[in-house]
Amino acid sequence: MALTTTKPEVRPAGRDREPGEGRLRRRRKLWAYLAMSGIGIFFLFPLVFMFVSSLKPSGQILSDSGSLNAFLPVGDISLDNYFGVFERVPVAQFLVNSVFVTVATVALGLVVNSMAGFALSRLEWRGRGLLLSVVIAALIVPFETIAVPMVYWVSKLPTLVFEGGVLKYDFGWLNSYQVQIIPFIAHAFSIFLFTQYFSTIPKSLDEAARIDGAGWFTIYRRIIVPLSGPAFATVAILTFLPAWNQYLWPLMVVQQEELRPVMVGMQYFFQLNPAWGEVMAYTTLITLPVLIVFLSFQRAFVSSVAASGVKG
Amino acid sequence: MKRRSLPVMVSLCAASALALTGCGQAGQGGGSGDGPIELTMWTHSAGNPAELEVYEKIITEFNASQDEYKVVEESFPQGAYNDAITAAAAADDLPCLLDMDGPIMPNWAWAGYLQPLDLPTSITDELLPTAVGTYEGEIYSAGYWDAALSIFARKSVLDANGIRIPTVDEPWTIDEFDAALATLQSAGYATPLDIGAEDAGEWWSYAYSPMLQSAGGDEIDRDTMLTADGALNGPEAVDFFTWFQEAFEKGWASNAGTIGNQEFVDDKVALSYTGVWNALASIEAVGDDLLILPPPDFGTGPKIGGGSWQWGISSNCSEEQTEGARQYLEFSFQDEYIAEFADKQVVIPATAGAEALTEHFSEDGALRPFVELSQQFALARPETPAYPVISSTFEKAAKDIMNGADVKSTLDGAVKEIDANIESNDGYGF
Repeated sequence: MALTTTKPEVRPAGRDREPGEGRLRRRRKLWAYLAMSGIGIFFLFPLVFMFVSSLKPSGQILSDSGSLNAFLPVGDISLDNYFGVFERVPVAQFLVNSVFVTVATVALGLVVNSMAGFALSRLEWRGRGLLLSVVIAALIVPFETIAVPMVYWVSKLPTLVFEGGVLKYDFGWLNSYQVQIIPFIAHAFSIFLFTQYFSTIPKSLDEAARIDGAGWFTIYRRIIVPLSGPAFATVAILTFLPAWNQYLWPLMVVQQEELRPVMVGMQYFFQLNPAWGEVMAYTTLITLPVLIVFLSFQRAFVSSVAASGVKG
Repeated sequence: MKRRSLPVMVSLCAASALALTGCGQAGQGGGSGDGPIELTMWTHSAGNPAELEVYEKIITEFNASQDEYKVVEESFPQGAYNDAITAAAAADDLPCLLDMDGPIMPNWAWAGYLQPLDLPTSITDELLPTAVGTYEGEIYSAGYWDAALSIFARKSVLDANGIRIPTVDEPWTIDEFDAALATLQSAGYATPLDIGAEDAGEWWSYAYSPMLQSAGGDEIDRDTMLTADGALNGPEAVDFFTWFQEAFEKGWASNAGTIGNQEFVDDKVALSYTGVWNALASIEAVGDDLLILPPPDFGTGPKIGGGSWQWGISSNCSEEQTEGARQYLEFSFQDEYIAEFADKQVVIPATAGAEALTEHFSEDGALRPFVELSQQFALARPETPAYPVISSTFEKAAKDIMNGADVKSTLDGAVKEIDANIESNDGYGF
């Protein structure tokens, strides 16, 4: 009797599907990509509408709004609205102001809030838990409820000014860059986020550094900061947009046109009959910096959102 | 090392503080005091080059005309202006001269933002009554111009449909108006009237409270200024708002259009309830066929809203500055400036002298009908500090009614809200 052994059939991994399965999988993938492209285009519509409308006269924007023409560069196309924007609004000055205020707020905020987060998560001191609770409680206070008292407060704060080449003191921060930056450096959510993120870094690293003679600032600068890239990226992005979009606060504290940011400029176009073409041209101009920042840091943004679990 | 650092820091801070104190406060001690007194002036005109051009001309000529005062202008966008004023008042930082929309004046006067204007009567008596803002017997504001609403129509369309052309002396009765709307709808205009309901904010009170007043109601009892009961929810008010609701139900009007007058220009609507500011563009589009008609008579004669942007002097203005501010305003109320303002802004000049100088509003001007409408039918909105609440409550109630809410109960709710506000503010001094 011949002993026959049948070799167990071993199919290479990944090839154990039925012949039609690969096709099905490809088809599913195709549909998924089509759906995602559709959703992507859907979210692009407002931007396309904004840009295309910025090239049309106001009357045509309104008459095109009921048809697909609203998204197409058809009809009376020109750059007149952009010329109109530059005539009506000192847009370059507003952009410079917004860039300066936003960059300063974000940069200083990263330093101050990360240090606060470091103190709350790494240092042992009495009242630490209570202070963290206060910081979290501050998250639920809407800015609008404290805006008016804050205006009064900043109008009385001391400041230094040069008068006739001499340094003097004065009172009142209204009409300055500092009043648009300093109140927004400390940010409760950023402190909370840094605190949480720093807590995930093993404390044994601090202890090893302490044994090597490092002080707290060295530990913060040499160990914690380099290990917290995603947290810094998240906070930078989350504080960039509100700083760029500031409207109410600068409206209340900045009276001089040369210090106003871009968002206040939006109101320049809303006269008795809004100049819709110029509105679209202006929004295109002030959206560009945000788009450039987002596209430049897209990868960091996505990875930081994934790492921190925070959605903007 | 670390223990020493604290005393070092404290010493440095103390030395810095001493150094700063030694420097002295800016703007004090050492100023020559020889320069002109600065008068800050805020306008709502940012983004409106035509308006700013006239202001800049007046300011330049005033500053050149004397060397005691210097007016420095700062302009704000209109949509953000009232918030900026409120914030400045909170910070005790109001400008000396400021402009304001007419109906907000009593509120700002009551809140202590403004002081009486005290301009010579030779100036204020010459102005349109609705260009002068009075609160508790005192004039707090005065303006170069007023606006007026009317009904735009095409003569050819009315003639073709056998609709009588109304005049200031013989406006449409409400029955005639209803019949005209029904006829125009049958003639093919799906929505014959652009009533402007797609707009929001102050427009609602400005545009529709005159209709209510024409019907015999009002936003508040003007005799006492203490209650809206009977005025906003009386039988006349209920009748008017029932008509208002039915106009939307029947499709005579809609809130789905676009702000402005484009639908009339495109001949998508036959009638447009709109203001003088849209007139030139409409003349350009429609030509001689354009009719500027009085609004319909809902029972007590046509009414249109009066009172637009006017000038005031803030209570933050020092005695010296106040004198300068008055001199500036007196200087600015020249017919020449008022006329230039009217032509550039396309608004009704506030003096008869300026009317004659204008291109659009003189006897032969294309926009002359608006002068007559303003003179005949303009009625100021209630001159009470409660007006901001009245206006927002009126808007909410009217929108609810437009959307089908029960008329009487909605108006009763609005009255309750307005009266509660007046009561919680101790009657606003009335």
